[in-house]
Amino acid sequence: MIFKHIDEVGYTPDIDCYLRHGGYEILKNAVTRKPEELIDQVKKSGLRGRGGAGFPCGVKWGLVDRKSGKPIYLIVNADESEPGTFKDRYIIHQDPHQLIEGTMISCFANNVKQAYIYIRGEFPIGARILEQAIAEARRHNFVGPNILGTGYGCEIYVHRGAGAYICGEETGLIESLEGKRAYPRIKPPYFPAVLGLYQCPTIVNNVETLCHVKHIVEIGGEAYSKIGTPNNTGTRILCVSGHVRKPGYYEYEVGKITLGQLLYDVCGGPLPGRTFKAIIPGGSSAKVLKVGERYKGKRKVGAEMVDYDWGIEDVPMDFDSLAMIGSMGGSGGVIVMDDSVNMVEALANINAFYSHESCGQCTPCREGSLWMKKITSRMVYEEARAEDGALLKSVADQIAGRTICAFGEACSWPTQSFIAKFGDEFKGYSETKKQPKVPDSLELI
Amino acid sequence: MNLKPETLARIDEVIPHYASKRSATLPLLHLIQEDVGWISKEAIEWVAAKLELQPINVYEVVTFYPMFRQKPIGRRHIKVCRTLSCALMGGYKTCETFEKEFDTKMGEVSPDGEVTVEFVECLASCGTAPVVMIDDELHENVDSAKAKHLCGQIKAEASQRKT
Repeated sequence: MIFKHIDEVGYTPDIDCYLRHGGYEILKNAVTRKPEELIDQVKKSGLRGRGGAGFPCGVKWGLVDRKSGKPIYLIVNADESEPGTFKDRYIIHQDPHQLIEGTMISCFANNVKQAYIYIRGEFPIGARILEQAIAEARRHNFVGPNILGTGYGCEIYVHRGAGAYICGEETGLIESLEGKRAYPRIKPPYFPAVLGLYQCPTIVNNVETLCHVKHIVEIGGEAYSKIGTPNNTGTRILCVSGHVRKPGYYEYEVGKITLGQLLYDVCGGPLPGRTFKAIIPGGSSAKVLKVGERYKGKRKVGAEMVDYDWGIEDVPMDFDSLAMIGSMGGSGGVIVMDDSVNMVEALANINAFYSHESCGQCTPCREGSLWMKKITSRMVYEEARAEDGALLKSVADQIAGRTICAFGEACSWPTQSFIAKFGDEFKGYSETKKQPKVPDSLELI
Repeated sequence: MNLKPETLARIDEVIPHYASKRSATLPLLHLIQEDVGWISKEAIEWVAAKLELQPINVYEVVTFYPMFRQKPIGRRHIKVCRTLSCALMGGYKTCETFEKEFDTKMGEVSPDGEVTVEFVECLASCGTAPVVMIDDELHENVDSAKAKHLCGQIKAEASQRKT
C-alpha cells in the first residue's frame, strides 16, 4: 500500500509521475467532504502511529483543543532516527507527493492552516526533494491559500533538524522547531494537542502514519480496519538490518507475518554458516529477544482468552504481541544479530549511542546513560568485572521512570534486557577476553 | 558577515515561514554553514541580531546540535555511521579505511586538507549497511574495498583540481 511504487522502475518523485498514477484524486475528494467525517474515518480505521509508541491516530486527533481560538498546527515527524529504522527515507526520497497528499488531507480534516515537515538534518537531499514537491503541489493548487478553489488554505514548510536524536520526541521536536535546544517538555501540561508549537494546539504525526491517512480516506475507515489484525490494523513497513541474507524494507499487513517468516522466508535466513542469536524487534530501544526463549501466557482472540506458547519465530509482528512478550513493535526496525556477536560489545555500541544522544536535561538520564557507556566501554577496552552486569542493571533501573520523556526508558531497556537475557556473557566477559582474537573479528565499539 | 547574495536572499525568504523569528535559528545556521563551511562567533552574533535574540540563544543551539561545527573542516566531509546495524556489518573497519587512506584521525582535518573523517550516529539506511555520507551524498554498502574506491575518487578530483 504505502510502498507500492517504491523501487518501481520508471517511477519518479515529480508531480507528473504522481498524477499519472492517480495522485491527488483522494485530496480532491476529501475537500468535498466534512472534516469531522474524515476524522471519523481515521478513528474507525484503528490506525496506530507508526513512529514508535503505536498511539491511535484518531484518538490523537480527537484530543486536539478546537475551542481555544488559537491556530492548530500539524507537524510531520520526519526525524527518522531510531537505529534500525529506514522506512520514511524511501517515502521522502521516492514518493514525496504521497506524504504531501496525506498531510494535506490530515490538515483539511483538522482545520490546520500551517504545517511543517520536520526532517532530520542528515537528509539534505530529502529536504530538497520535499521542497521541490511542495512547490509543484502549490503550482497545482494542492497546497496554498485556496486549495482546489474551496477557499480552504494551508501552507507547508520544510524544517531541517541538525543531528539530534531527541528531536524525534514530539515535544523535543516542537522546542527545536521554536529554535531552541530540543529539551522535551513535561506532560502535563504540555500535551501538544493543547499546548504545542507556540503554545497552540498541535498534531505531530509520523511520515508513514500520514501516508496511511490517505489510504484510509480512499477506502474508508471500516474497510481499512479489516486489513491486518484486530487492534493492529493496516499494513506496516518492517525494516530488517544486520545479520540476514536479504536485509531491507518489507510491507506486510500488521500481525499477518511472524518474526520467523520474516527472518527465514522473507529475509533468507542467517548468513552462511551462522545461526541467529538475538533480535531487537522495534528499533534499538526495544528490549532484545533471545533466540531459543519461549513466551507463554493468555491472549485475547476474538472474545475468548486462549493460551499461547511461542518460540521467538512464532511471534506475530504486531504492536500487541510484541508488547505481550515484553518488547515492542516500536518503529518497525528489526535488528538481527548472529552467533558472531558478543553481547557485551553490542550493548557497548548501543550505550555509546544513547549517551551521545541524551539531551542532558534530566540528571538520571544524562548521568546514567553516560555511566552505562563508561562501564560497557571499560569492560571492552580495560578490565571487566564479574559484578559489572549487576552494576549496569542498577544504573538502568534508576533511570527508567524518572525522566521527563521516554528517552529514559529507551536508554534503559537495552541494558536491562541484555543483562536479563545474556547475563552469563557479562559475567564471563573477562574470560572471553583472554581467548585469542579471531583475525578479522567483528568490531562493535 | 560576508555571505553570498543568494544566502542572504534565502535567509530573508525563510524567516517569515514562522510565527516567531526565533524558529528560524536552525535554518539560518544551516544556510550560513553551507555558505561559509562553519559557524564562527561572528556568525552567532549575526544570527542573534538578525532574529532579535541574545547571542547565548544561538550559541546554545550551536553547541547542542551535532551537525553545527565551530571550526573549519576538510574540503570533503566523510561521515561514517557508527551505530549498531552498520557496526554489525563492519562500519568500524570502513571508518578505519578512510582514516588510513587519508592519513588522518577521526574529527581532524587530513594533512592534505582534503577531508575530515567522522563517526556519526544512525543515518537511517540500516538495510544497506555500512553507510557513509560524503557531504550531502549517501553511499551504501561501503565495505573496505568500496571505501578505498571512494577515497581514490576524492584523491583523483583533488589532483585534477591542482593541475
